[in-house]
This record gives sequence, structure tokens and C-alpha cells, in this order.
Amino acid sequence: MGLEIMDDVRKDFVRNMLSEGDREDGRGFREYREISLKRDIMNKAEGSACVKLGDTEVLVGAKLEVGSPFPDSPTEGVLITNAELVPLASPEFESGPPNEKSIQLARVVDRGIRGSGVIDLGKLCIEEGEKVWILFLDIHVLDNNGNLVDAAALGAIAALQNIRVPNEKYGLTGEETLQVHDTPVAVTMVEIDGTIVVDPTCNEENAATNRLTVISNADGSLSGLQKTGSYGMKEETIVEMVELGIEKAGEIREKFLNVPS
Amino acid sequence: MKKEGEIEFIKDGKRVDGRSFDELRNIKIDVGVLKRADGSCYFELGNNKVLAAVYGPREMHPRHAQDAKMAVVKFRYNMAPFSVDDRKRPGPDRRSVEISKVSREALDPVILREYYPKAAIEVYVEILQSDAGTRTAGINAASVALADAGVPMRDLVSSVAVGKVGGEIVLDLNAVEDNYGEADMPIAMIARRNTITALQMDGNLTKDEFEKGLKLAMKACQQIYELQRTALIGRYNKGESAKLKDSGT
Repeated sequence: MGLEIMDDVRKDFVRNMLSEGDREDGRGFREYREISLKRDIMNKAEGSACVKLGDTEVLVGAKLEVGSPFPDSPTEGVLITNAELVPLASPEFESGPPNEKSIQLARVVDRGIRGSGVIDLGKLCIEEGEKVWILFLDIHVLDNNGNLVDAAALGAIAALQNIRVPNEKYGLTGEETLQVHDTPVAVTMVEIDGTIVVDPTCNEENAATNRLTVISNADGSLSGLQKTGSYGMKEETIVEMVELGIEKAGEIREKFLNVPS
Repeated sequence: MKKEGEIEFIKDGKRVDGRSFDELRNIKIDVGVLKRADGSCYFELGNNKVLAAVYGPREMHPRHAQDAKMAVVKFRYNMAPFSVDDRKRPGPDRRSVEISKVSREALDPVILREYYPKAAIEVYVEILQSDAGTRTAGINAASVALADAGVPMRDLVSSVAVGKVGGEIVLDLNAVEDNYGEADMPIAMIARRNTITALQMDGNLTKDEFEKGLKLAMKACQQIYELQRTALIGRYNKGESAKLKDSGT
């Protein structure tokens, strides 16, 4: 509460810079921060990735365990996506049960993966109605400097791409790898005083009226959208953001996800 | 989304429930249905039955969550355990937490929150019977309940979902279409200003399908707005005539 005045100062700072055609870190409006992606870095996880988006750092671990299927889908494995905003990552994060921010983060990443059919859940069935693979995707935020969704979504798909199925741990035989059918990429943009800015920093997120995450697939189709923020948006702005999101996703995919599998 | 090859979603240009592609389900709106709440609304959308109540503006608890500049809107979307086929465990789950957030943000833009610093405006939505599209019904009901409570607002918010089933972009998905269709995109908007206040999408759509769906949803919100407006005017007229009688004129 006591820092409210500082919030306003920061918001004004961001707005003033934008009105002069500049961003706080000198980037172009449609430019991402430097992205680095490291795969397979945690050997206890069946798949993992660490994404750095400028100073934002997110770790994603995939674990596979044997469990029971849901009664209404006995021939399908289960995908569970979870996000933890641990207090280590930001002065604004508090320990405790998941709040609406972490739930939204997890659900948006999950939606992108489901919408594009990245994982064939039928392939995760071991024994119909009895045994299936439960695939946990855990998003662990290490340093929040804005745009967690894009970092987490990139980490999630990268972690899925290098999964090793722990068959021997459960006395099973089967494929060692998991087929990953698509490469959804999330691109988040904010609208600040009518200007669209890609890959927002924390200050830009706070100064923004609205935020839109556009998740698109290799064929350019959409697999998820989520608007955040307490302001209205014009149709033209949304359509422009969707176009821009698809374009930017293509660039990221080209650079980080088109690996021979 | 689940794949279901067997269902024939579109037959002779009609959908499984006989509607055309751009047709809403039946909507019924009752205003001021609850005595204790400051404002309330009962909203039916096809087989969805939704109740919204508004309390406040009143003091915000906990106090550390107060905003010194404007009222905080609290929105709770809750499903009754008997509202779905398989009993829903009572209490908030991840889905309802996300829907509550999105719904709150859909309404925030129209509420003149700066009139009531440090206060809370509480919106409670109960899904009594669910048949796809509950979040949109909840937003529609909440918007009317806010107006019924006399909360100062710039305008009403109207909400509807569009989706893709059997390769077609259709309006206001029913439960079968939602469960087995290819995409679902709920939106909320301030109809008179063509301003979108909520947008979500899951499933799979091409960019052109998205734009077509957005247009379809925006058009339908205009229809819903008219129904909301009519329901509120009906309530206001009733109140007025009663008052006139009291004063003997």
C-alpha cells in the first residue's frame, strides 16, 4: 500500500517513454527481449527446460507417473499443468495456496498445449480404465521481470520435446520418447495508451490497460487466447494483436522449437 | 478438446438442437429476485439457470486489500454441486477461480469504481444448472444485478460464446457442442461501445475463423444487451408505478 505512489511514478515513466517512441530497456515496440532456452537440465525430471526472457527466468519440469484415468475418459492419459509463483521470484509473490494469478498462468499454458493437440493423450494409456500415464507439467517461476506466460509456455513445450518415458521405473515396456505433434508458442502483448507492445516487462504490465496472450501453432492457426485487464478493447486492436502474435510466434518457433525429433 | 467423429453436428444447415448457426438459445431475465441482496438477477440461457447477487458498495475486508483510489470488485463464480451431471465438489476449484477473475475483469471497465474508494462491490454468481456457456450467463446476470443494485455504471456488459463445430463457426454453444466441438471462444463486451472486455479461446481456430467468430459474437451481444435493457426497464417501471401509487398521484 505504501508504495502506491511509486507505482504511479513507474507507470508515468513507462507511458512517457512510449509516447516518445521508446521503451524502458530501449527495445522496439515489437521486439522481444533476448530469449535463451536450455533443455534437459534437471535429471530427476522426465523432461525439463529453463527459459530466460531477458531477466525473467522460468523453469519447467515434466514428470510422468503411473495412475488411474478419469472415469469419463478411460482410454486417455492425464495432463496436469501447475504453476508456482514462489516468493523467491518477486517481492509481490507470497507463499501459500495457488492464487488467481498462478492458476491463470497454468491454465493458459495448459490451454495452448491442449488446443493444438501437442500430446496425444490416447498414447498415454497403458491399460484401459486401469493404468495411464499422468503427465505433470510444473512451471516454477524463478525471477519475475514480466511476461511469465510466454516464458512458461516456451519452457513447457521444450520440456515436452525432450521427455524420456520412465518405463523401467514402473516395470513397463514401451516407447522411450513422447511424440510431440505441434509447437504452440504464446505471444503476449500489452496495450498502453493505444500503443501495442510485445513481451512486456513488469513495469509495462503494470502500466498497461490490457494484456492479450495469443497462442498459435506451426500452421498459423490459434490454439488459445486470453485477455487480462480491467479495460475494454477495440475489435481492431484485438485483430491486430492476433496477427502480430502469429507472426512473432513464427519467429520464436523457427529459432527454438524446430528441432529434428 | 475431445474428438468425436460420430456426432453429426450440422444437418441440413441446422445444429443438433435445431438452431441455425447464428441463433442464440432462449434467454429469460428476471431482475430483483432476491430480497436481501442490494441487486439481483436470474438469468436463463437455454438450460443454464444462473443467479447473480450484488452487495455493496460496502466496507472492504480484509482492509489490506482495500484500494485507496477506487472500489474493489469481488466476483465469485460458484457452481452448485447438483448443477452438473457428475456432482461437483463444493467450493472453489481452479476453473472457477479463473472464471471469477475473467468475469471480474469483464465488468470492471463499466463500474465507476473511483466513486467509492476503499469500498468493496461484491458480485456473487451461482450456477444452479449448467449446460455450457455458464460464464457468459454469469456475466450477463451480474451486469444486470449491478444495475439493479444501483451501482453507478457507464454501461451494461453483455457476453456470449462462439465456437467451431463440424467445421462451422456457430453462436452460443450447447453442452454437446462445447464438449465435442473444435473450439470455444467466450467474449464479453460493452455492446453500445463495441468494446471488448473479456476474450478467451480454447480449441483450434484459424485466424479467419477467429475474426468471423468475433464478429458473430459481437453482433449477438447487441441482441443480449437489448434483452438486458428491456428487463431492467421492466423492473424500473414496476418500481415507479408502485411509488406513484404510494404518494397518491
